[in-house]
Amino acid sequence: MKPAISIQKLNKSYKDEQALKNISFDVEQGELFGLIGPDGAGKSTLFRILTTLLLADNGEAEVMGLDVVDDFRNIRNRIGYMPGRFSLYQDLTVEENLDFFATIFGTTIEANYDLIKDIYVQLEPFKDRPAGKLSGGMKQKLALCCALIHKPEVLFLDEPTTGVDPVSRKEFWQMLKRLKQQGIAILVSTPYMDEAALCDRIALIQKGEILSIASPESINDSFHGTLVAMKSHRMYELLKALRIHPKVESCYAFGEYLNATLVEGVTDWKPIEQDMRDKGFDDLVAHDATVGIENVFMQLLSKTEA
Amino acid sequence: MSDKVIIAKDLTRKFGNFVAVDAVSFEVSKGEIFGFLGANGAGKTTAMRMLCGLLAPTSGAASVAGFDIASQTEMVKKHIGYMSQKFSMYGDLTVKENFLFYGGVYGLKRKVILERLDMMLGLLQLREATNSLVDSLPLGWKQKLSFSLATLHQPGIIFLDEPTGGVDPIARRQFWDLIYEAANDGVTIFVTTHYMDEAEYCDRVSIMVDGKIEALDSPENLRKQFNAESMDAVFQELARGTSTK
Amino acid sequence: MKQYLAFVKKEFRHILRDKRTLLILFGMPVAQILIFGFALNNEVENAGVAIYDMSGDYESVLLQNRLENSEQFFIERECQTTECIEEAFRQSKARIGIILPQNFGSDLLNGQKPEIKIVSDASDPNQAQVLTSYATAIILTHVKGRATIVQNAPIVSAIPRMIFNPELKSVYMFVPGVMGLILLLVGAMMTSLTIAREKELGTMELLLVSPLYSWHIIFGKVTPYWLLSFFNAMVIVTLGIIVFDMPMNGSAALLIGSCLLFSLTALALGIFISAKANSQMTAMFVSMMGLLLPTILLSGFVFPIENMPIVLQVVSNIIPAKWFIMIIKGLMIKGSGMTVIWKPVAVLVFITLLLGVAAIKSVKPRLNE
Repeated sequence: MKPAISIQKLNKSYKDEQALKNISFDVEQGELFGLIGPDGAGKSTLFRILTTLLLADNGEAEVMGLDVVDDFRNIRNRIGYMPGRFSLYQDLTVEENLDFFATIFGTTIEANYDLIKDIYVQLEPFKDRPAGKLSGGMKQKLALCCALIHKPEVLFLDEPTTGVDPVSRKEFWQMLKRLKQQGIAILVSTPYMDEAALCDRIALIQKGEILSIASPESINDSFHGTLVAMKSHRMYELLKALRIHPKVESCYAFGEYLNATLVEGVTDWKPIEQDMRDKGFDDLVAHDATVGIENVFMQLLSKTEA
Repeated sequence: MSDKVIIAKDLTRKFGNFVAVDAVSFEVSKGEIFGFLGANGAGKTTAMRMLCGLLAPTSGAASVAGFDIASQTEMVKKHIGYMSQKFSMYGDLTVKENFLFYGGVYGLKRKVILERLDMMLGLLQLREATNSLVDSLPLGWKQKLSFSLATLHQPGIIFLDEPTGGVDPIARRQFWDLIYEAANDGVTIFVTTHYMDEAEYCDRVSIMVDGKIEALDSPENLRKQFNAESMDAVFQELARGTSTK
Repeated sequence: MKQYLAFVKKEFRHILRDKRTLLILFGMPVAQILIFGFALNNEVENAGVAIYDMSGDYESVLLQNRLENSEQFFIERECQTTECIEEAFRQSKARIGIILPQNFGSDLLNGQKPEIKIVSDASDPNQAQVLTSYATAIILTHVKGRATIVQNAPIVSAIPRMIFNPELKSVYMFVPGVMGLILLLVGAMMTSLTIAREKELGTMELLLVSPLYSWHIIFGKVTPYWLLSFFNAMVIVTLGIIVFDMPMNGSAALLIGSCLLFSLTALALGIFISAKANSQMTAMFVSMMGLLLPTILLSGFVFPIENMPIVLQVVSNIIPAKWFIMIIKGLMIKGSGMTVIWKPVAVLVFITLLLGVAAIKSVKPRLNE
């Protein structure tokens, strides 16, 4: 079976900036593939090349085995795309938007209602409301419905959850999981690291380069060194104290705790804990930290930056 | 003067029949990092605009830095700094030009502005960016510079509206270092965010649901109160009922 | 076809839901024609005349009476020196001075050519020109009635205009101009604005990613505005005829045809602009500076082309509205047929074809970089 998306050595430059550097990866059919990286990493450029909106400088890309340059008309019939910004007609109602997108894809809402039913039932009470007056989470659901209405085989979602609150985000990912079960391949980008764990595989991207591709579980194994979690009531002082400790490579806040990566070769953090207590952090709590994708990403980032 | 730099009492704002902010009351102390969370459309932006003196309350009152937000808006504006993800600096001006412009707006002398600029960029280790066009800088730098810009006139309170959206995890934490640093110096920070890990970094967090503040405490106490493992779980618990609106 | 219709339907929804667009679309033509018709009236009423009558005979008094009884002029003062006329100008009491030579009456009746001098206050050159031509017209008509002598008047250029517009009604000049302006505004500006809006909103990406062909998008966008601008042109013609007694001497079919043709010109311009402009701001700016101003200034709509410097006269040839105004004036006022107006029509067709090709070429199936 051909992969849903196949990318080989893709390069793209704008005036003085290389937006994509030698990107290669495949997305299998029915896979939920996450592209994780901050703004400006090149995610949107990659999406636009794959959705046939932009031409790459060189390299090859295929969607459903079709070339993104030569077969762009065919591809357009078979993919669904949700661009980075909310891109529906604000002055048209929910139903009018959906109806419009169904018609331009040569289909009707009824014909493909099955696929969107789960999502659309939540929107149905507001179907006569202009899209511009929906809440953030609702807009995003409508955009997803519009991208799905022609039963695409591959779904491209460019930062669908940016600026959306955590509750709506969680719901959105549950919807993606259900779509995946229906055999739709999904390429989704996000700046939120916590969402990465919900993908089958993820690619970490920064400054146009892919730093790593793996499943969320195995990507955590690629973390080098020992990670320790500490907290105290005087967090900022603790952070500063840990950063200057000779055995600490780097230290960052991670939610409730600080995560300190120890310098290479050091695995025992007890002496550090003791040093901190000696410095007056009496209420110090310390234990082994669970490595998360964000830890890995930060490690990869500091490596490329150095 | 008390050490409460923000005092909101039954602050309410209606748009037609819609109550965006519904009798909200809270206090923020000097030097506190106050997290202001809520789902999209919960009323955060409206509340923040009122506190910044940009929008008059329908009823209720609030004082910021000791000034009434309804009758002393000009004084309020003088004593606060504001930074949002959307509006930061003019991209077609250099960093220095941006600072000179904003400093000028606040009536600072050129010499003072340049001194502070030099000091701030020194701290950020971004001196090399002084004469660069803002558009040419990486997003992470821009955000740090915007923060410095918001503190240029040495306000006692800084309002940050989703300041870290879209930046990489390291830059995000470096940004929070700046926040901590400012709070250490006694500056009060009022911040909104969609990153729940950042909620943990705040001294106290309020969660707004449908125009009302449904929870307000330190992250630790909130976790205990809702018997949750993380702030994310607290948030999910509180906001879930309304998210399907 | 179904996709195209869906697009047109959507476009009409946008138009109908946006009160501002609606107001611009339907309020503007009416407002403009009324403004140009009433407020910016170039017509002359009760302008003061300083007269210096050197002969003081029966004929000269008769001519003075004729001027006094006209709607346009009244004798403000009678002078004995030319300085007195200048003084009247300076005080802004009189706007035109007429000097009748000695022996005016006898010369006139004897077949000599008495030279009447008309001086005008040229601090407002347009006004001065209009006044002069009025005065010339009145004097010539009067003199012709008195004698068979034809005056060798210094300002003959105004005379041809009067043949077709004896009352020199400026609204006759403005109606074709406003039609051209509206067609251009609605066609080019609105089209480029709405396409730029889709780009700003990001919906253009969605449209491009869909199976729609560029022509679906373009024609879907253009059709509603084409219909609307045509409708507007008809409203203006009707208003012109009913409210301002504009004559309609030519063929209605030709009039409709030329309006349709000019709408196409405007739409081609609009598409061309929108292909280049990525924001509504740019589209607006380009339409304003690149289309509206030249049309107002160089098409002969406000300022007569004959009075422009040669360079601008040459430039005016590439302004589509110039040719459109020529056609409409020919059709409505002179009642000319195709045999007379074929030249401006041919030029306009040529320009439209050129722009059309440029517009089609400018539309790409992908995003601009």
